[in-house]
Amino acid sequence: MNEAVRKISKDLWDGRDELEVLTFDIAGEMFALEAVIVQEILDLLPETVVPGAKAFVGCVINFRGKVIPLADIRLAFGMEATKPTIDSRIIVIAINIDGEPVLAGIRTDKVHEVTTLLRAAGEPPPSVGMRWRPDFIECLVKRGTEFIIVPNLNAIFAAEADRTGSSISHGSAQR
Amino acid sequence: MSFPDPIAVFRTEAAELLEQIEAGLLDLNVNLGDKDQIDAVFRGLHTLKGSGAMFGFEALAAFTHHCETAFDRVRKGEVPATQALVTAVLEAKDHMRALVETPAGDHEATSEALLANLRAAVDGAKSPGVHQAADVPAQTLFKIRFSLPQNAMANGTNPLPLLDELRELGECTIVADRSAIPSLDLLSPTDLHISWNVELLTSQPRSAIEDVFIFVMDDMQLEITAVQAATAAAKSPERQETPIQAAEPVAAEPVAVSAPRVPAPVTAAPAPTDAKASKASENVRVPAEKLDELMDRVGELVIAQSRLSQLAGGSGDLQLRAVSEDVERLSGELRDTMMVLRMVPVTQLFGRFRRLVHDLSHETGKVIELVTEGESTEVDKSVIERLADPLVHLVRNSCDHGLETPDERRAAGKPPAGRIMLSARQQAGEVIITIKDDGRGINRERVRAKAEASGLVQPNATLSDQELYQLIFQPGFSTAQQVTNLSGRGVGMDVVKRTIDALRGTINVISHPGEGSEISLAIPLTLAIIDGLLVRVGAGRYVIPLSAVEECLELSIEEDMRSRGRSFISLRDSLVPFLRLRDLFRTGTKPDPFQKVVVISTGSERVGLVVDQIIGDHQTVIKAMSKLHHDVATFSGATILGDGDVALILDVGHLVAEGQQQEAHLRAAG
Repeated sequence: MNEAVRKISKDLWDGRDELEVLTFDIAGEMFALEAVIVQEILDLLPETVVPGAKAFVGCVINFRGKVIPLADIRLAFGMEATKPTIDSRIIVIAINIDGEPVLAGIRTDKVHEVTTLLRAAGEPPPSVGMRWRPDFIECLVKRGTEFIIVPNLNAIFAAEADRTGSSISHGSAQR
Repeated sequence: MSFPDPIAVFRTEAAELLEQIEAGLLDLNVNLGDKDQIDAVFRGLHTLKGSGAMFGFEALAAFTHHCETAFDRVRKGEVPATQALVTAVLEAKDHMRALVETPAGDHEATSEALLANLRAAVDGAKSPGVHQAADVPAQTLFKIRFSLPQNAMANGTNPLPLLDELRELGECTIVADRSAIPSLDLLSPTDLHISWNVELLTSQPRSAIEDVFIFVMDDMQLEITAVQAATAAAKSPERQETPIQAAEPVAAEPVAVSAPRVPAPVTAAPAPTDAKASKASENVRVPAEKLDELMDRVGELVIAQSRLSQLAGGSGDLQLRAVSEDVERLSGELRDTMMVLRMVPVTQLFGRFRRLVHDLSHETGKVIELVTEGESTEVDKSVIERLADPLVHLVRNSCDHGLETPDERRAAGKPPAGRIMLSARQQAGEVIITIKDDGRGINRERVRAKAEASGLVQPNATLSDQELYQLIFQPGFSTAQQVTNLSGRGVGMDVVKRTIDALRGTINVISHPGEGSEISLAIPLTLAIIDGLLVRVGAGRYVIPLSAVEECLELSIEEDMRSRGRSFISLRDSLVPFLRLRDLFRTGTKPDPFQKVVVISTGSERVGLVVDQIIGDHQTVIKAMSKLHHDVATFSGATILGDGDVALILDVGHLVAEGQQQEAHLRAAG
């Protein structure tokens, strides 16, 4: 687990030409995460809202007796909220935050498959023509006519952790 | 399944033994005549020596042997226990620890010095023989017949040292009973077929003979009959120091051909495996993470079980229901058992400080009395381990800086003995550990001056006492005028602060000049189990620690309407402010028609929390919140409810602080 995290943060490809990933959809875009950091794929679970927490991790779920945050990657990419469907799944991943492994769930609209990405097909995020923050994207990989986005989870979690959430006292002041 | 390294197992066992020995010695120090403690120390030393020899810690075994011998004599009443002896053995004990940890190191010189010390202590104690009987004790002839279980040698018991020990008790004749040895084709080389008949002429009581077999007693057959009493020749007082190797070949040896000899370089190697086997029923060592895993599994089981009961309840199948009810009961019991496994009383933690204070009192020349309270308070094991370090610093600090010398104390009109009180108690989902001394207290001016000098505080800043005292936890901050052996380098308190922060705890300092200071550590019971009150606010369910709850009442519609302008209710003639959790959590739902107020208390304050519904009490296993939620102070953790949902646990203290902030905002706005 830790090894996997290290790879992602250093260099996704780490000298390899191929990468095993899990592909999934969020708001019509296809994403991929390195397969080794994926712990489990779950059906949607009852979510518990954490009042006062940041919107990015506004809920917690019960993952096998552990209480883990549910992260919403859409917020990082400024995407529209989508209604849960029969295909909606939660992907549980292990990431490294401040040197500690942390489990987190990611809400997805549909999980596709474990597949292999070729390094040759990968491209760094373009500097223009994209409304997403470039540092949130590790690379784009071409497949057929489409692009698969490989997000940089460490950058996303770090940035979202810094962003000040709607704290309780703000809310009460408005009242 | 992997087996742990035997050396590592021995080290852990040795550490435990040393702890027991130390506790015994310290008790003995208080009450020198305590026979039970003398026996306990002797047994500890004895076992340590035996297992040490077995695992190849020769130096340790040889060294421990001398201490054991000394204590053996105390035990038999030949020499009285004295302070000097206890101190000598305490020092020796530290050396034993070193021998356990670095057996290869060069310990010769220290060993010699300590042993000389010990001998001096024993000799010094010998003369006024209070315990010594005036006349030569009568000798008795005992007939002893014993046989060990057949698998004794496979279990690591070696009968030969037992015989040696018997020989040490007095003149004895040992005859091996070979009648049970089977014919050669049936003979198994690892089985023990011999039993022994011993005639022993000794001045020792029967219990001394029984002591020889103390470690194998459970499985063996032992008959001891006193045959005759005779006033016989005087015993040799130095008998116990008979060199080990001089033991004559055992009479039984020629027939013990079948026995592969267990290495027993020192006499009286008590079968360590046997001793362990008999203890195994009492204690099992399990890594804490395995318990965590087990806890998670039990959690999952409980959730699966509640789904099962739902299904069973829905169907009309009576048999299914019966099974489901059984499973429910069993999983409930399993969970209850599981919950208490990780909790350990703080006794173990406090025990270490008796030694520390004992040493400090020697080093500083102050008379220090340590009082402990609330030792049965249970805290999660991992928390206890992490608390040890900060507490050492605080206790050292109290001894060194807090308490005055006896002369100063007399001058100040206090009893010459300083008093340090360590106490633990549970309060509102936290464990409060208090270190209190009756010394001179914290010198406010000196802290202030030092803080200004190091630029921590502006010269004209107004600081509350609490803020000022918190400064002592800054790195490098020390008001000691000189760095002593014990403290004053300004490192310790910083460690305290960091550890307590890491445990999400708080430190509270109270000090009265001339009367002493009190430092309280409030540590949340992470992973501990609390009784909680489960409430519903909007759609969400929350747990309020039951220990903080004072009472529950209904918020009448009139009160509700009226309190738009003011948020307090009158409760038995006192005003209690309240917070509407629905607003605080911004649930965006309509209030229930019959809202309830849960009155909680946080030390001095009482606050009401308005909730939509009170569901009931709930055994709550606290799960820590993820790192990603560490900024959310309103909740101290989360728990998993019977139906698998997550409920958040309210941090009452923070919630009230939040409420006060809210009031301030409102006042500012209005």
